[in-house]
Amino acid sequence: MKKAKVNQTECVACGVCKKACPRQAITIFHGIYADVNEDFCIGCKKCQKVCPASVIKVIQKEAAL
Amino acid sequence: MKKWNEYLWIFSAVYLTLGFFNILFAWIGLICMLTPLLLSIVGKGKIYCNSYCGRGQLFEFLGGRLKLSANRNIPAFIRSKWFRYGFLTFFMTMFGVMVFSTYLVFNGTNNLQEVVTLLWTIQLPWNWTNTAAVSPWVAQFAFGFYSVMLTSTILGLLTMFLFKPRSWCVYCPMGTMTQGISMLKYRGKVK
Ligand code: SF4
Ligand code: SF4
Ligand code: SF4
Repeated sequence: MKKAKVNQTECVACGVCKKACPRQAITIFHGIYADVNEDFCIGCKKCQKVCPASVIKVIQKEAAL
Repeated sequence: MKKWNEYLWIFSAVYLTLGFFNILFAWIGLICMLTPLLLSIVGKGKIYCNSYCGRGQLFEFLGGRLKLSANRNIPAFIRSKWFRYGFLTFFMTMFGVMVFSTYLVFNGTNNLQEVVTLLWTIQLPWNWTNTAAVSPWVAQFAFGFYSVMLTSTILGLLTMFLFKPRSWCVYCPMGTMTQGISMLKYRGKVK
């Protein structure tokens, strides 16, 4: 399973990824960083392409048991 | 259907144009400084950046829709706390200097300077507006504020061309401030 993962210490909380996400998987946590809801994320990389800070990446995740 | 707030980039474009024809329109730009701050102070996080900032949308439009961006990754140092807070400090210092020169015109020490200063160094004579209708300090602030807005637009366009459309948002002083305020407000809640 591929899921988006945010480097939350460097995220600037601009919300560009949130806008780009076709699954509404991203929320901006109190204006501090982006948070991905992995239940909704389909690993499409749209967020990764637009993030101006390059701090969100789609990575391989172990499937939940 | 697009929502009204998706057209705010037009507001930003019109703002920059109006200031070109009559510098006094520069005052309207204060909205773009005060609204994000107030919203984050009352706990709305970066909702201004996330949904209402015309400037961010303008870069998205030019860089994304019109494909004027190279779409490269931004150098890591620009997103570092050092750079972002350093730039914020520099920006606010220059803003303070601008407010102080407005004050010097207000109390009569200096005369009105009809120039727009780009990148804090390049002075452009800007004397086609008749500002006689307002007090000189009102005009002086307009020149100073328009300089700030134009300078940040130029930097934003530059990093838009070189990196991703909204690269400006990585080091935008307003964005750094609203994130900082949100961090202070919600310190305890961070996971
Ligand atoms: S686009 Fe990047 S920097 Fe902006 S909120 Fe999303 S992950 Fe953070
Ligand atoms: S990878 Fe796609 S679905 Fe997952 S968060 Fe990013 S944009 Fe949304
Ligand atoms: S970071 Fe600055 S330019 Fe970007 S959306 Fe926020 S206020 Fe607008």
